[in-house]
Amino acid sequence: MDIKTLKEKLNLKLLCGDDLDRTITGCYCGDLLSWVMSRAQENDVWLTVMGNINSVGVAVLADVACIVLTENAALDADALQRAEQNGVVILQTDKNTYQMAAAISQLI
Amino acid sequence: MEEVRLHYDVNAYDFTCAGEASGKLKRSLKNLGFNSAVIRNVAIAVYEAEINMVIHAEGGVIDAIITPDCITVILADHGPGIPDIELAMKEGYSTAPENVRALGFGAGMGLPNIKKYTDEMNIDTVIGVGTTITLKVYNK
Repeated sequence: MDIKTLKEKLNLKLLCGDDLDRTITGCYCGDLLSWVMSRAQENDVWLTVMGNINSVGVAVLADVACIVLTENAALDADALQRAEQNGVVILQTDKNTYQMAAAISQLI
Repeated sequence: MEEVRLHYDVNAYDFTCAGEASGKLKRSLKNLGFNSAVIRNVAIAVYEAEINMVIHAEGGVIDAIITPDCITVILADHGPGIPDIELAMKEGYSTAPENVRALGFGAGMGLPNIKKYTDEMNIDTVIGVGTTITLKVYNK
């Protein structure tokens, strides 16, 4: 499944990024950056409430497919800028991380 | 490929730049044609060490020496040093302050992650003088 399909099926709001054709192969949930960076897999959807610039750095280094900010967690202005520079796709949902992960597991 | 040397400066207490050096190194390794597993291991280890420099030391310098067989990264700071390396190597042990934890750091995974993702890691630390971490990842 690609990011575009995920966005449409789960009604996610696109905050930045345009590579929506990228394939998603899994999902990882977490807010502690070191934990996420070492455990998340390439092409995972990463569910988190951390919308700061360091999350973008971790997304780039771990090569996740996209970030989904759950519970409408805000994306900081400098994080948005860094994400645009690095082509990181960031989406947002009002659902919590559990609800989102459960919904994603039905799709992939 | 000839030997490639890269140098990065890490600013103190600047979380907006944290991760820049490891990001740049990652791109360079990609351009040099290393496989994604090797790149990921180096990127994770260097990111952790870079964040440690920002949190605990007053920044520092990173030097990478890249050959076709091995990527060596030397991270040197003039921070307070590590009083108990064995304790610092324990997963979950962290001395990161509260404001840093609020940013998602301070999981106590920094040094353990560096060890986990490298083939060799050496910590040279002197209290009040600084810490130099040398890590190696072999190109497999």
